[in-house]
Amino acid sequence: MTEKIIWAVIYFAIVIYLGWKGYKETKVASDYMLAGRQVHPFIMSMSYGSTFISTSAIIGFGGAAAMWGFPLLWLTFFNIFFGIFLAFVFCGKRTRRMGSALDAHTFPELLGRRFQSRFIQGFSGAVIFLFMPVYAAAVLIGVARLLEVNLGISYNVAVFIFTAITALYVITGGMKAVMYTDAFQACLMFVIMAIFIFWTYSVLGGFTSAHQALTDLALNPAATGAIKGHPMLKGWNGWTQGLDFGTPTWLIVYTTIVYGVGIGVLAQPQLAVRFMTVKSDRELNRGVMYGGPFLLFMTGVAFVVGALSNVVFFKIPDQTGKVLGQVAFIGGDKNIDKIIPAYITNYFPEWFATFFLLAMFAAAMSTLSGQFHAAGTSLGRDVYEKGLGARVANVLTINRVAALVAVILSMGCAFILPESIIAKATAFFFGLCSATFLPMFILGLTWKAMTKAAAIASMLGGFAVSFFLLMFLHTPVSKPLGICKAMFGVDSLLVGSAPGSTSFNMQFLDPNIVAMPVAFIIAWLVSLASARFEDSHIKHCWRHMGG
Amino acid sequence: MLGIASTELALAYLLSIGAAVLCLVYGIVKYNDSGPLTEELRAEEKEINAKL
Repeated sequence: MTEKIIWAVIYFAIVIYLGWKGYKETKVASDYMLAGRQVHPFIMSMSYGSTFISTSAIIGFGGAAAMWGFPLLWLTFFNIFFGIFLAFVFCGKRTRRMGSALDAHTFPELLGRRFQSRFIQGFSGAVIFLFMPVYAAAVLIGVARLLEVNLGISYNVAVFIFTAITALYVITGGMKAVMYTDAFQACLMFVIMAIFIFWTYSVLGGFTSAHQALTDLALNPAATGAIKGHPMLKGWNGWTQGLDFGTPTWLIVYTTIVYGVGIGVLAQPQLAVRFMTVKSDRELNRGVMYGGPFLLFMTGVAFVVGALSNVVFFKIPDQTGKVLGQVAFIGGDKNIDKIIPAYITNYFPEWFATFFLLAMFAAAMSTLSGQFHAAGTSLGRDVYEKGLGARVANVLTINRVAALVAVILSMGCAFILPESIIAKATAFFFGLCSATFLPMFILGLTWKAMTKAAAIASMLGGFAVSFFLLMFLHTPVSKPLGICKAMFGVDSLLVGSAPGSTSFNMQFLDPNIVAMPVAFIIAWLVSLASARFEDSHIKHCWRHMGG
Repeated sequence: MLGIASTELALAYLLSIGAAVLCLVYGIVKYNDSGPLTEELRAEEKEINAKL
């Protein structure tokens, strides 16, 4: 315990130093919001990656991979191909060029100026400011529970300490502090995950023999007997086998996790804004080179190790020499979130457990700092200054106060929301952002004929459809949020359907399968029927695009 | 393939590694590509540099 506390203090001291460095270099509003648009490509891509990957992506989804196996690797592929390659090469370059042409300082400001609409900027800012704290609280709950278990601090104190340290450098140092600390945290995460995968493959005899052992384990009744028939495993055939099409498990894994998170990342405001922090395409090209392998070592490692932990739990002696002889779900006390921590505690030396804990602090802190910063600038810049048209004497001060409000709101949510909300709150925010922003964002960057009316209709339509489906039809989210129960007395409007029927299964379909295409169609149809922008405005937006 | 029972999941495994390699190769090939620098942007940069 003493060793853990000493290393935790050293870790927090480095983070505070980097935050202070960011604060010293922050002089004007563009430093605070966009790190002066001069960020090094390594720092930018590591910041993007570490903001993207939170503790729940490693511990929560790693535990889910221990349960369901390799199907989650499709999310790793989506994360790297859509979340890094297409995001940087296709969206990133256009976002940077248009952002610089329009002198946009935030993601909502980019949208607002592209479509010449203060309403779009204000509404987008309000959505981010109001709902980001729910997502931030999910990250905060996860890491506070880790602090509670590992350092013996009470949950409430853990939430307060973690929030206070992160808030200190976000509020004072803005984007520079956020990105410097993110890059350090990403390096720590990368090294720990590399050791994690190396050890697991080594102990199981290499790539193919490890996978083969996992394949064989699924055929062993002594291993799978304890989990067969579990409601979360309907349609499951083995850790290295595909899931049965259309079953609730298939719908959750492929529509919510793979599609929802994999595509949803393209419209995350706290990530998209990072494209505007670099000065040319060269930095984005170099960022792709760092970001792809980084993501492979985050979710790829978490999912492969999570699945392979079943073989380790079943066959390999732990540190006391005892062979558990059970699969990971049982080894983790039938709680997905406890599988990876139990794996670390039982099979890894104390020093690795300490550094893994610090890597999880890093994962949480890097995500949280990006969330606080995005929510703060949304309130200060987009809602207050631009949306409401308030006169602001000191832009830096108003954004710092707004960031403080976002921090307090997030901390409040962490005290109110239940622990089981972590994955659901993440899916909720990703879903809402995708439907609300993605069509307007992608079409705004690529389609000159997209009109102001179409952008507003698409934004409001996507938001309304997504919000309705999440609140009233998608049981995994509507149940913990409780609004449907309060209004209609049921967890969701589909919950009473006959088990196995299409309408019953539809409650597990990710709302974005419907909401995002609807928003795209609205954007296209309204564009055809409404007045286009003048050529001069389009020329202005595209003036840094080239070609 | 690779000890993975289903071809679909072996493909997911290989595509994940392949996508990371694609990112690496793209970054190396485009390492010094700064993108289009239009005349207007050049003029703006000159103006900023002159101010500095």
